[in-house]
Amino acid sequence: MDIATLTVKEAARGLRAKDYSSVELTQAVLAAIRERDGALNAYLSVDAEGALRQAADADAARASGREGDLLGVPIAVKDLINVDGQPCTCASKILRGYTACYDATVSARLRQAGAVFAGRTNMDEFAMGSSTEASAFRTTRNPHDGTRVPGGSSGGSAAAVAGGEALAALGTDTGGSIRQPASFCGCVGLKPSYGRVSRYGVTAYASSLDQVGPMTKTVEDAATVLSCLAGRDPRDGTTPDVPVPDYGAALRGGLKGLRIGLPKEYYIAGTDPAVMACVRGAVEACAAAGAEVVEVSLPHTEYAIAVYYIVATAEASANLARFDGVRYGHRTANPESVFGLYAKSRAEGFGTEVKRRIILGTYVLSSGYYDAYYGRAQKVRTLIRRDYEAAFRSCDVLMTPVAPTAAYRIGEACDDPLKMYLGDIFTVPANLAGLCGLSVPCGKTPEGLPVGLQVLGPAFGECAVLRAGQGVEELVGAE
Amino acid sequence: MSDTIDVAYVAELARLELTPDEHRLFQQQLELIVRYVDKIGELDVSGIEPTMHGQAVVNVFREDVVLPSCDRERVLGNAPERNGYEFRLPKIVEDA
Repeated sequence: MDIATLTVKEAARGLRAKDYSSVELTQAVLAAIRERDGALNAYLSVDAEGALRQAADADAARASGREGDLLGVPIAVKDLINVDGQPCTCASKILRGYTACYDATVSARLRQAGAVFAGRTNMDEFAMGSSTEASAFRTTRNPHDGTRVPGGSSGGSAAAVAGGEALAALGTDTGGSIRQPASFCGCVGLKPSYGRVSRYGVTAYASSLDQVGPMTKTVEDAATVLSCLAGRDPRDGTTPDVPVPDYGAALRGGLKGLRIGLPKEYYIAGTDPAVMACVRGAVEACAAAGAEVVEVSLPHTEYAIAVYYIVATAEASANLARFDGVRYGHRTANPESVFGLYAKSRAEGFGTEVKRRIILGTYVLSSGYYDAYYGRAQKVRTLIRRDYEAAFRSCDVLMTPVAPTAAYRIGEACDDPLKMYLGDIFTVPANLAGLCGLSVPCGKTPEGLPVGLQVLGPAFGECAVLRAGQGVEELVGAE
Repeated sequence: MSDTIDVAYVAELARLELTPDEHRLFQQQLELIVRYVDKIGELDVSGIEPTMHGQAVVNVFREDVVLPSCDRERVLGNAPERNGYEFRLPKIVEDA
């Protein structure tokens, strides 16, 4: 088996047919990590012993008659999702040495399905960033060009999947952190609708925006992993009791008759022409395959970045208040006062981007500024949400670029945070409006860098998004 | 809308000690970022309801029953310092 091309579906078939055992499959993944990760740095830690134990359990379960799409399949996990007994550093010095003492609900669901936790993937510290350069520990490289970033914040997960070190991975997406690295690395990334997947046990960045989702080699694998993750969780009050449909069946819907909306505010000057050519080519291919293409308008798009960086940083400043050096995480040596205990532990533990966002978030929540920033941003968020509700009255999905560029060079955007924030323009509105979104590869730039197409659907409209994504994948693959 | 940001005051609210270099850097970068986000002031939002979550969520209630939780020994294993079954903290009350 070749981990570089092996999909979850093929692995399930191989395991079922007894072509190989889960232990052999897991050993192959561990070998691929050993061989490739010295160059890629996709992983922060690997749990070979634990993974092989889980794999042996999966083999035993199968021998006693159990079946399942994920039984014995190794999956990589972004290093902010708790897996009992494994590290969970959030790529931050403040959590160096921390060991999770419980499973996040998504981890428990995967464990229940018999999946194997091989390793923890790199990320921007506390998921704050778009390039994985804000990791406190290492710089992940893009598998297509080692001088370029993998995107972020789930850059380690994307690089592991696209770089042949994982069959599938979990990422999280607060403003594009699954979709943008999937686009940069050339894999599939699905951000479910807000509330579709539990966030219990997932370190919170911005609680009104965060979602967990799969990063895979195919749209079908994304549907398989989502089927395992989705559903109500009594431990996360934001997961409503909405039935989980048959995502596998949705893949067979075809493009014929699908109504695709093109938001004119997303097709603007400023996006790299090579990216735009791939995106337009995919949309034209969909139209030729029988989809109906309509132009729609989302007039408040230009305010989305401003709203996002107010809402997300405000919520982050509150969520990260728990890191105070008292119960877990880094504590400063010999604090002179309780204020010093907090302020010095945090100063020593957090990196620059996290500090910048805590300060911005604290500022927009502070007395005298709350109404003008946080309060007003939440109202503009309503206008953005209404734009999408109106657009989805005339189409089933929206198709847009994922990011204005393909993967950029390591170090290129580090010194200008605002410039990096503006790169999130096409992805943040889905989080603000609670929509689901998929990034599916739709071509390459002349330099050979992957380009993703973003397919957006209404809240709990994953079926339409997967249907469209499957159609695009088949058309692009046929080229 | 924004005037000069008092970074030192905000850092104090955030319980975050900044180095002089960080202070200078954030002062300059935050002024730029805040000037950018000020663009939401252009819109008329009178009568618009705020959106606080990704979906319209309501309070969720459950029965108040004790359920199994994390193992105490393992939770304390992540503590910077412990004293038996307690988190150990430096003395924080000043002498009179």
